[in-house]
Amino acid sequence: MSRSRRAKLQLFRVVTFVLLGAFFLGPIWFMFEFSTRGVGENSPRTLDAWKEIGTYPDLVAGIVASLQLAVITSVGILVVLVPTMVWVRLRLPRLRRVIESISLLPLTIPAIVLVVGFSPMYQWMGINLSDSILTLSLAYAILVLPYAYRALDAGLAAIDVKTLSEAARSLGAGWFTVMWRVIVPNISSALLNAGLLSVALVLGEYTIANNLLYPNLQVEIVSLGRTNAGVSIAVAVASLLFAFVLLVALSFVGGQRGGRRRTRERLVQTFGRDFSGGTR
Amino acid sequence: MTASVETTPREGVEVRLENLQRRYGAVTALNDLSLTLAAGELVALLGPSGCGKTTALRLLAGLEEADGGRVVIGGQDVTGLPANKRDVGMVFQSYSLFPHMVAWENVAFGLQMRKVGPAERKKRAIEMLDLVGLAGYADRYAVQLSGGQQQRVALARALAIRPKVLLLDEPLSALDAKVRSRLRDEIRRVQLEVGITTLFVTHDQEEALAIADRVGVMNAGHIEQLGPPTLVYTRPATPFVAEFVGLTNRLPGTVRRGVVEVRGTELPLVQADEGEGPAIALVRPEAVSIATDGDLAAGPLVGTVIAVAFLGATSRVTVDLGDITVLAQMPTSAAAASPAGTRVRVALRMDPVLIAREEKAPVEA
Repeated sequence: MSRSRRAKLQLFRVVTFVLLGAFFLGPIWFMFEFSTRGVGENSPRTLDAWKEIGTYPDLVAGIVASLQLAVITSVGILVVLVPTMVWVRLRLPRLRRVIESISLLPLTIPAIVLVVGFSPMYQWMGINLSDSILTLSLAYAILVLPYAYRALDAGLAAIDVKTLSEAARSLGAGWFTVMWRVIVPNISSALLNAGLLSVALVLGEYTIANNLLYPNLQVEIVSLGRTNAGVSIAVAVASLLFAFVLLVALSFVGGQRGGRRRTRERLVQTFGRDFSGGTR
Repeated sequence: MTASVETTPREGVEVRLENLQRRYGAVTALNDLSLTLAAGELVALLGPSGCGKTTALRLLAGLEEADGGRVVIGGQDVTGLPANKRDVGMVFQSYSLFPHMVAWENVAFGLQMRKVGPAERKKRAIEMLDLVGLAGYADRYAVQLSGGQQQRVALARALAIRPKVLLLDEPLSALDAKVRSRLRDEIRRVQLEVGITTLFVTHDQEEALAIADRVGVMNAGHIEQLGPPTLVYTRPATPFVAEFVGLTNRLPGTVRRGVVEVRGTELPLVQADEGEGPAIALVRPEAVSIATDGDLAAGPLVGTVIAVAFLGATSRVTVDLGDITVLAQMPTSAAAASPAGTRVRVALRMDPVLIAREEKAPVEA
C-alpha cells in the first residue's frame, strides 16, 4: 500500500517536473532554434544572428545601460534598505508593519500605473538634473523594493539582530562597525538573494523604460525585432539565460554558507593554519 | 589604548546607580532606583519578570537611556555616554556569539575595536579562553559549541576588553540545570580571579543566593531589600521578599500584644508595631517541624501527612491540618519516619515572623 503510494507520488513528481520543465524551457529552446535559422527554405543552421549582435550599436548601448542599471539599482537598494531595516528592528519595532506594507506596495501597482506617476517626475528631472538613462535606477529601486525587502527580511529574521548588535556595541563597536562587521557578514546570503533578484528584474524590465522613452535592453530588443528578428531573439535568449544562470548561482551560493564554513574549519584542522587570510 | 590593555589594574571599581528613573509609556520600569556596588563586589538583582532588574542593567550598560538619575562608574559620570564608550563587558541571556567568527575571533573582537595589533589580539584571546577553560575550542564556530560553552566564550569575550564592570543578564537561563550550576560556579570563580565589579541579573533565587556577595530583591521598579544572601533569606525585610525568596507558608492568625497567635502557638513578630487583628503569618518550611509521638487525636496542629517530596539531603513534607496545608522541611532521615498517611503533630519554631495583610505584597516607593 505505502509502496504503491510512494511510487505514485514519485510518478507525479516526475510528470510535474517534466511538464513544468517543458513549459519553461520550451519557449527558450524555440527562440534559440529561431535565432539560428538561415535565410530561405532548407538553408543550414547558422550562428550569424548571434554574431551580428555586436554590429548594432544601439543594441550594445542598451545592453550596457541595462547592466549598469542592474548594478546601480541592486547596490543602491541594499545600501538604503539594510540600515533602514536593521534600525527599524532595533529602535522602532512599532514601525515594522508600516515599513513592510510600504515596501510591498509596488507589488500591487501595475508598472504602467507607476509610469503615469513617474512621467512628470522624469520630465522635471530630465530638464533640471539629468536625462541620462541611469536615472531609471530610481524608478527601478521602487520596482525591486518588495523583492529586496522580502529577501532581507528573511535574512534578518534568521539572526538575533538585537543581541548581536548590543554585544558588539558593548565591546566598543560604533554603529558603522556593527553594520559592516557584524550584521552584513551574517546576512550575506540574503544580500546576495536581494541583489540578484534586483539584477534579474532590472534586466527584464520593459514597460517603464519604454514609456519613459529610455532605450534599455528590452526596449532595444523590441525595436530591433521589427527589422531583424533573428538578432533580437538571440539577444532575448541571451538575457534570459543570463538571468537564469544568476538565479541558479544564487540558490547554490545561498545553500553553501554552512558548507564554506565547514570547509574552512576542515582546512584549519588539516593544515593547522588558516588559509582564508587572517580575520574576516 | 594598546598599552592600557596591558597595564590596567585588575582591581574593580565602584559603580553607583543614583535615583534612576525609566518609564515605558505609562509603565514605570524603574522608580528612583539607587544602588552602589563596591569595588570587586558581585551584586545579584533578583526579582520576577517585569520588576525592572533588566532595565537597571541595560541603563548601566548604556543600551537604554535613563529618564532621570545618574550612572557613575569608577568616579566618572557616564550617564550620557553611549554603550560603546562605557567600558562595560556584557553577557546576554540569549546566545550572542557572532556566528561568522570562530571562538577566538569573537573574543578578539573587542580588542580589535580598541586597536590592539593582530598578534597581541590572538594571544590575549587564547589567554581569555584558557581562563574559562576553553583554550582547546579556539577554532570552533558558535554552532559547534554547546550552550554552556557558548556562554563561557561570551564571558571570555566580555572580559577580554578588561572592562570596568561586568554585566550578566540572566546568562544561565537558556541552559539546562546541571550545566547551569556548574557554569554558575565557574562565573563566580572567574569573577573572583579577575576581581571585577559585577552586576548579575536573574529571576532564579537559588542562583542569586549561591553566587552573590549581596542580593537585591526587586519589585515594581525598586529594591525591596539589599543584603547578604543569608540575611535576605533568614530575615526578609518585607512580605514580598519573604514570599519571593524561598518557600513560605501563609498561616492565618491573629496579631495581639506584639505577638501573632497561629493555631494556638504564639510567634514573635519581626516588626513589633504591627496593627492588631487578623493577619497572615509567613513561616518558612524550615521553621516547621513534625512529631509522631504524644497526643495525635485532635488539635489545631494535628494533621495527616499527604505528601513527602524527596529533595536529596532534605525532604519537604506536606501536612494537611484540615482547613489548611503546611509545608515542613527537614532532613530526609527525619522525614522517613512519617510517610504519607501518618498522623503527626506540627510544631512552629519561635522565629520572628513577617505579617502579610493583603493578598499582594504592598508596593511602596
